[in-house]
Amino acid sequence: MLKIENLHVSYGGIRALRGISMEVPEGKIVTLIGANGAGKSTTLRTISGLVKADSGSITYDGQELLGQPIYKILEKGIAMVPEGRRVFTNLTVLENLKIGAYLRNDKAQIEKDLDWVYDLFPRLKERSWQAGGTLSGGEQQMLAVARALMCKPKLIMMDEPSLGLAPLVVKDIFEIIRQINAQGVTVLLIEQNANMALKIADFAYVLETGSIGLSGTGRELLVNEDVKKAYLGS
Amino acid sequence: MMQTRSKKNAWLAFLAVLAFLALIFVLDQIIKPTDRLGMLLIVLQKGAVYALAAVSMNLLNGYTGLFSLGHAGFMLLGAYTYAIFTIPDKSRDAVYQYYDAAVRFSIPEQLSRHMGGFGTALGILIALILAGAVAALLAWLIGLPVLRLKSDYLAIATLGFAEIIRALFQWSKLGPITNGSNLLKNFARASKFKLEIAGAKLSLSTFVPVLIATVSITLIVLIVNSTYGRAFKAIRDDEIAAEAMGINLAKHKMIAFVTSSFFAGVSGATLAMVLSIAQANNFKSAMTYEILLMVVLGGIGSITGSVIGSFLFVAASEWWLRGLDSGKFLGIEAPNIFRNGFRLVVFSVIIMIVVLFFRQGIMGEKELPDLFRKKKKTPAKEAES
Repeated sequence: MLKIENLHVSYGGIRALRGISMEVPEGKIVTLIGANGAGKSTTLRTISGLVKADSGSITYDGQELLGQPIYKILEKGIAMVPEGRRVFTNLTVLENLKIGAYLRNDKAQIEKDLDWVYDLFPRLKERSWQAGGTLSGGEQQMLAVARALMCKPKLIMMDEPSLGLAPLVVKDIFEIIRQINAQGVTVLLIEQNANMALKIADFAYVLETGSIGLSGTGRELLVNEDVKKAYLGS
Repeated sequence: MMQTRSKKNAWLAFLAVLAFLALIFVLDQIIKPTDRLGMLLIVLQKGAVYALAAVSMNLLNGYTGLFSLGHAGFMLLGAYTYAIFTIPDKSRDAVYQYYDAAVRFSIPEQLSRHMGGFGTALGILIALILAGAVAALLAWLIGLPVLRLKSDYLAIATLGFAEIIRALFQWSKLGPITNGSNLLKNFARASKFKLEIAGAKLSLSTFVPVLIATVSITLIVLIVNSTYGRAFKAIRDDEIAAEAMGINLAKHKMIAFVTSSFFAGVSGATLAMVLSIAQANNFKSAMTYEILLMVVLGGIGSITGSVIGSFLFVAASEWWLRGLDSGKFLGIEAPNIFRNGFRLVVFSVIIMIVVLFFRQGIMGEKELPDLFRKKKKTPAKEAES
């Protein structure tokens, strides 16, 4: 459903992406792993329209996304969970979720989706009147995911959801990613925690300083010697 | 259940506001401006004006996180627009004694010719809205280039704008419109507002400014609680995340800026109404700082905080601490210490103490009803566990 072809992006004089091509098929979990500064976040930010590309193309269901404003891309059903959670700290959990549905006008359906999200994250329901900033790291990450789900995306992109979380909480987050995917939402996951990411991914790409190095199914890469050495630490 | 509760709260708030307005109306009748308590009326009038100015500044600085210091400029625009369009035709030449007045059109007077007393009231309302609209229009023009700036740069640019406006209004070439550096007077002013029912004259000189401020602040509350208000707060908390949620930053910043300036214009017009004069020289940047101080004292991001902050500020500086300037204070006679200017020293010390002990301002980010709610909730929770 999402296809990136020969994408070049530069950021303040630095060429962050040097012609990457990848594909995210519908209903799958695709992961993009790589070291710090490889260009993972840049890829996501370019898809969501926050960063302008130099050349190349990103198509979604055959439509070109490059050059479209952010809200148009969101309306097409591509939502992003930004790096470092970025919940609205002074807004309540409920307000955070309502901001997620900001572009939608169908009030009745929003209420339904709110129930759906609260079912996925019962912890958030308990805390719906609490300010986002008072939640724990794991809860904030859940809130960030839930907020993105509130715009009813077909494709959800997550930027390092395991960042700075305790191992047990990371497990919970990945379990939730699997659940969301099982409900028919396509997932594009960016991770430094290659081990966890490759385990749940249907397909994976390895990004090395701006270009795609390896690619294959999650299982293939998990046993690949190079990947093991560079990212799995064994 | 949640919805019925918030509905009930809205009704309670509405009734409280009605009761407050009724109280003001009664006070307006029983206290004469020359009484010992006459200061109370002045404090209520000025307090209401500054409350509106502070709340409108809070909408921008507190809720949207745009640090702007152009408030006095927008208030000046409002005050002048209101004054120019309500000076009666026969006083026009006396007011513009050095110039040939360019605008010879008094909205309340024109309307009163057709509709009598109701026309006058309607005309004043139209002039008020026009005052807000002029400020809003200028805000839009200024906002196009200036809103791209962030934090301190935005503050400097808006501060500069306000000073330019003030200088422009004092420029003699614009005299036929602004009366140059001379003041505008004789326009529709609060001290003349009366209601005649069955021969009895009821004073409205405090009620009208308070009513204007109440209605305007209510409108701002509605905006803050709407989807727009939520988007403003999201922008304040995290611009990048807000943008990623599809919130158009430029559009929403502009909406906040224009709305805030509209109400700043209305508050400027009401200030002119209360003071009976409009003079560009009064709208210095010091006025913006005073309003900012009220917002900070009350709590950035709290509307009731801004209102409380404004009334306390006005009451203290205009009334309670007056004695410090005139030789006698709380029964202590010390003309050597208590002379002109000492009031400001004491006032500054009080403000420093308040800021030290209430880091978040008096209310923090809470609203007045939140305080009652919390008291009720705690015992219930204890009972649960």
